[in-house]
Amino acid sequence: MSHPGVVESSTFCLPVNNIDTDQIIPGQFLTTTEREGLGRFCFYSWRFDESGNERPDNPLKAFDAASQQVLVAGSNFGCGSSREHAPWALLDFGFRAVISSQFADIFRNNSLKNGLVPVQVDESLADHLLENPGLSVQIDISSNTLSVEGLGDFKFPLDPFSAYCLTRGIDQLDFLLENEAEIRAFEQGSETPYLRFHADR
Amino acid sequence: MSEPSQPATTLFEKVWQRHLVREESAQAPAILYIDLQLLHEVTSPQAFDELKRRGLKVRRPDRCLATIDHSTPTTPPDSDGVYHYHTPEAKAQVDMLHFNCAENGIELHGWDSPHRGIVHVMGPEMGATQPGMTIVCGDSHTATHGAFGALAFGIGTTEVGHVLATQCLLQSRPKTLGIRIEGSLKKGVSAKDVILHVIGAMGVDGGTGFVIEYFGSTVRAMDMESRMTMCNMSIECGARAGMVAPDETTFAYIEGRPLAPRGEDWAAAVEDWKTLKTDPGAGYDRLVEIDATRIEPSVTWGINPGMVIAINDAIPSGADDSTRDALNYMQFEGGSEMSGQPVDVVFIGSCTNSRMRDLREAAGLMKGRKVASGTRVLVVPGSEATRKEAEAEGLDRIFLQAGAEWREPGCSMCLAMNGDSAGPGDLVVSTSNRNFKGRQGRGARTILASPLTAAASAIAGRVTNPLEFMEAES
Repeated sequence: MSHPGVVESSTFCLPVNNIDTDQIIPGQFLTTTEREGLGRFCFYSWRFDESGNERPDNPLKAFDAASQQVLVAGSNFGCGSSREHAPWALLDFGFRAVISSQFADIFRNNSLKNGLVPVQVDESLADHLLENPGLSVQIDISSNTLSVEGLGDFKFPLDPFSAYCLTRGIDQLDFLLENEAEIRAFEQGSETPYLRFHADR
Repeated sequence: MSEPSQPATTLFEKVWQRHLVREESAQAPAILYIDLQLLHEVTSPQAFDELKRRGLKVRRPDRCLATIDHSTPTTPPDSDGVYHYHTPEAKAQVDMLHFNCAENGIELHGWDSPHRGIVHVMGPEMGATQPGMTIVCGDSHTATHGAFGALAFGIGTTEVGHVLATQCLLQSRPKTLGIRIEGSLKKGVSAKDVILHVIGAMGVDGGTGFVIEYFGSTVRAMDMESRMTMCNMSIECGARAGMVAPDETTFAYIEGRPLAPRGEDWAAAVEDWKTLKTDPGAGYDRLVEIDATRIEPSVTWGINPGMVIAINDAIPSGADDSTRDALNYMQFEGGSEMSGQPVDVVFIGSCTNSRMRDLREAAGLMKGRKVASGTRVLVVPGSEATRKEAEAEGLDRIFLQAGAEWREPGCSMCLAMNGDSAGPGDLVVSTSNRNFKGRQGRGARTILASPLTAAASAIAGRVTNPLEFMEAES
């Protein structure tokens, strides 16, 4: 998946800690066999009531996909299940990056595979962003830099391989496939006796 | 045995090292070989699609094992043998897994299999889960298999595709977290109470970035099913994997199962598996000590699995946003008693607690008693094999005579995507693993608990310490 390398937008804030993947996309929508079009289920129970009508207290009512591509959320964003439907839904809903003081591991992995950029910042910066919704930010993947209006530049952790793959449009599966010879050598290697013990089926 | 010249290493490091096709470098993550991929209907269809789109084959269908569990009904088939799915999409998803497995030569345990079950119950039962293996599945509770000394963790669908195509994953090495648990458990306290207590102590994100190894006298004394319950919930404190070093308990569990090594291979395997333990002097990046003798029957009171109290404690009060949000959703008043809260639904099941030990404990408490009127109780065995064994012991009749439902195996109300769900506002005492808002049905309020606590609460119709029933008997 190729990524433009820079996300420039104003922020949209959900000041809630531990937003789990059941909130991002409820389990009832996981019977899909597609990865497209899941934005309509994004934060579904926060947006709609039992009858499918918009809730009066919908915290995403004011969300504008054209100008608010960066979600800022409380800590431990994306905890819970391994469902890749979570970043699929967030991307389809309109987000290109999420800023939080901590991300759940599987969610972070899934996001990077799909071009949704997890931007981890320290708590004081996260708090500042959450207290000032709508700030203009710029996220530059190649330099791991988050620029915040009125505050300056901040480095965020992004493993170089993921950044390289994102910005160069390098596909991680293609990368693995290029190592077929090594994988085969590993499977045939006499140094791996454990493989023998696993049932041949 | 380690050579004297080799540095002391942890269990995790030994398993990790054995599976390195290529070491991690400054430029790229490690390439980690995966011994076994478990598949189910929910997180695999898009992965098979991707392989097809690229014209790739499944590289090692013999290292895949599939089942249907998440979207499947837990009601019996009709008189024509037809299973009635909650939605046409749920059936289509299961049909697609059948198609994908048939097309790629993957062993699938569908409705006609005596092994079909929740993926993390079936794998160990079949003997597919073995010490020292790397095991992945598009499911965060894959950590369950770590109970055997395997490195097992959940992955997303893109990575499911990576493993289907290459049998490998790109992985950065996680940090290690040792959790030492010492002492005997009190009466009425089980592995579920221990892991809830651990998650409560760690917090819902305290294990992020770590692989946990559980050790200590409490863990050694546990049977495999209890160790699976513990490892299963590692993800609920953020850790992707939890492991227990294999021992005689492990080997005795595996021996003779359908996919276990046999004959000469068995002896060689056990010899090898015995080396899979943390060397004296090997260090963890972080160490946590837990005194098991102080653990009480434990329950969650809020909206994530880190919000844990002893069942006889008061529900926390606090002015912070998280506590207020949790109390508001749970319709609890801070400072009020947890014990005695009226219960609408009890769910005994899930990959955390649907094995024989769990069912025996619940049935033992419910035997000769009746479920409180107004409380609905669902008992959902983890697999066909478990169901048959439970029925052979008469556990189904104990549950039915008590007024509980005895259902077909599956994930069921753990994540409520198959139509088994609780109603808005219902208070559910559940042996599953997540109490997130709406997880068990829109507006449903979940209290995570052990099978004993669930059974006691079913009989009383209120959140109840199992000791209230167990002490009368002793």
